[in-house]
Amino acid sequence: MTADIETFAKTAEANTPLRMQVLRNIRNRPTASGAAIAIAILVLLALLAPVITPQNPYDLASLSVMDNRLAPGETGMTGITYWLGTDAQGRDMLSAILYGLRTSLLVGLTATAGALAIGSVAGLLAAHFGGAVDALLMRIVDFMLGFPSILVALILLSSIGRGVDKVVVAIMLVQWAQYARLMRAAALVERRKEYIEAALNFGLPTRHILLFHLLPNSIGSVLVVASISVASAITLEATLSFLGVGVPVTQPSLGLLIANGFEFLLSGQYWIAVFPGIALVLLVMSLNLLGDRLRRSFNVRGP
Amino acid sequence: MSETFFELRDVSRYFRSKPSLTQRIVTALGRTGPPPALRAVDDVTLRIRAGEVVGLVGESGCGKSTLARVATGILPPSAGEVFYKGRPVTELTGKDRLNYLLKVQMVFQDPYASLNPRMKVGQLVGEALRVHKLVPKNEVGERTRGVLKEVGLDLGYMDRYPHQFSGGQRQRIGIARALAVEPDFLVCDEPVSALDVSIQAQVINLFMDVRERRGLTYLFVSHDLGVVRHISDRVAIMYLGRIVEIGTAAELFAKPAHPYSQALIRAIPSAVTRRRRAFTPLKGELPSALSPPPGCAFHPRCEHAMPICREVRPPLVQISPDRSAACHLHSTSESV
Ligand SMILES: Nc1ncnc2c1ncn2[C@@H]1O[C@H](COP(=O)(O)OP(=O)(O)OP(=O)(O)O)[C@@H](O)[C@H]1O
Ligand code: SF4
Ligand SMILES: [Mg+2]
Repeated sequence: MTADIETFAKTAEANTPLRMQVLRNIRNRPTASGAAIAIAILVLLALLAPVITPQNPYDLASLSVMDNRLAPGETGMTGITYWLGTDAQGRDMLSAILYGLRTSLLVGLTATAGALAIGSVAGLLAAHFGGAVDALLMRIVDFMLGFPSILVALILLSSIGRGVDKVVVAIMLVQWAQYARLMRAAALVERRKEYIEAALNFGLPTRHILLFHLLPNSIGSVLVVASISVASAITLEATLSFLGVGVPVTQPSLGLLIANGFEFLLSGQYWIAVFPGIALVLLVMSLNLLGDRLRRSFNVRGP
Repeated sequence: MSETFFELRDVSRYFRSKPSLTQRIVTALGRTGPPPALRAVDDVTLRIRAGEVVGLVGESGCGKSTLARVATGILPPSAGEVFYKGRPVTELTGKDRLNYLLKVQMVFQDPYASLNPRMKVGQLVGEALRVHKLVPKNEVGERTRGVLKEVGLDLGYMDRYPHQFSGGQRQRIGIARALAVEPDFLVCDEPVSALDVSIQAQVINLFMDVRERRGLTYLFVSHDLGVVRHISDRVAIMYLGRIVEIGTAAELFAKPAHPYSQALIRAIPSAVTRRRRAFTPLKGELPSALSPPPGCAFHPRCEHAMPICREVRPPLVQISPDRSAACHLHSTSESV
């Protein structure tokens, strides 16, 4: 073959996959790697909650009301030492927090994934078809983004009632619009590139072009923003649950745990609200720190 | 064979910029008309015979890429008709349309933007074969390897991504992708202008080898008159969306008829020091295609401009057996 002598050296740098570059970028930052480790531990704890917790906090048979509102470190009638104390029903706070973490993460991740899917499809269609489709979709997006998301979610949930699935739907509904807008912007840039024209030149079906050309090349920035938005989805869920319109009492998230402990704060039993609060702050902060580093390494501007 | 292999007949392509909100309001209030359309290609007629290499030359922004896109079916014309093997392509549907799209392939100007960065070379070159099931599944790999070998790429590169290649190699990948669907007409849109000068000749030679082996027809767009003269049977000179002169390469270069062609060809000797893109043999700027000068669009820069040139647009007329030009110096009658 005829060897092109140009830029062979230059390609070596480009040969390192982006994924590796980003990983290296995270590993070299103490805050980002700390956040990543914290998230890994929290996720692991949430996953393993049924196995590692001393009691199932929502199995009423395993609770002893006599143990209610024990301070951290006390040992109750059942012989369990409650390292983080107990709540008004005698529930071990450590177990409750790990189960709460499960619910918070479950809601945050599914809502984000759902919003991402809806938003990406809407943005892609708007960018590709333009015209009336674009105008209609983007008017809806403008409308959605025009209201504070907490307000929309509150109104929605107070009319459909509480429930894990309902909170997920509510968060999806208030968050898909930002992804749609981002996806549209990215796809509009990609669509002008010549590889899309090449695909048209080959008479490839629209569905194929959208799925295999436009989507994979436009979704990068959207994914990065989604990684940051997991934190805001979790915060939103916590707020809704705190306000009493979120998850049901049988499956409390961190937000609901805080709400439950709130009334005892002034009577000195701080642990019932404060420990779930610390867990929530740790989770949200770590997600934010890691997401921010991802955003910087991919050079994506915020939503 | 009486039918023309490929023809653009009175083809125009306009671009209308999307009016801003204020413009829309002003228009709605009746203050002005809608914004003028940009005539990127303006009433072009071009016939290409099978097996021919037609060079297309013109300054940056004169509409060469737009013409290429209309010819390949990537962009529909705003007016006029494209004929492939005697049939108007707008009337083609289904299999016939796909056949036209595949038989008339484009090689793009930008070897970086024209390859999907997320697809491996093997996938990228075999994509159309797979999606349209042009060959049985188990033969896609074989065909892909065949064209990659034909354009001089190592078969070990099949599993690499485009960013791992140099510009010249990428352009070879682009050529392989076009060849994979066995086209008979290649529209090459400045396929070497983005490449290193040392690579350009290799890629041009590849184009010529491929043509000989496969008996292809080329519409070869270029800034580089030296290249065009070297490889073309006929040459068309484009100015501001129109073809101002067309003729056999030998004749046209020996004795250009249109003052614009003359200026271009006069500038060739200095082209020894030519750099990519530096292609301004003339004083004055290319006027905007949004508001082309009235009459002959070239008159503000023409040293032979006459009063009539400012008012009447010269049509492209035959001035000798194999030559046409659009210039009042060569119109035998004043009728338009
Ligand atoms: N999609 C588009 N929308 C609006 N205007 C366009 C579009 N494509 C091209 N144009 C305009 O049409 C004119 C001709 O562009 P074109 O790309 O065909 O020129 P060209 O001769 O290929 O130039 P170059 O040598 O720089 O590639 C230019 O003024 C350009 O700005
Ligand atoms: S028509 Fe007139 S202005 Fe145009 S090229 Fe000929 S002489 Fe010059
Ligand atoms: Mg061009």
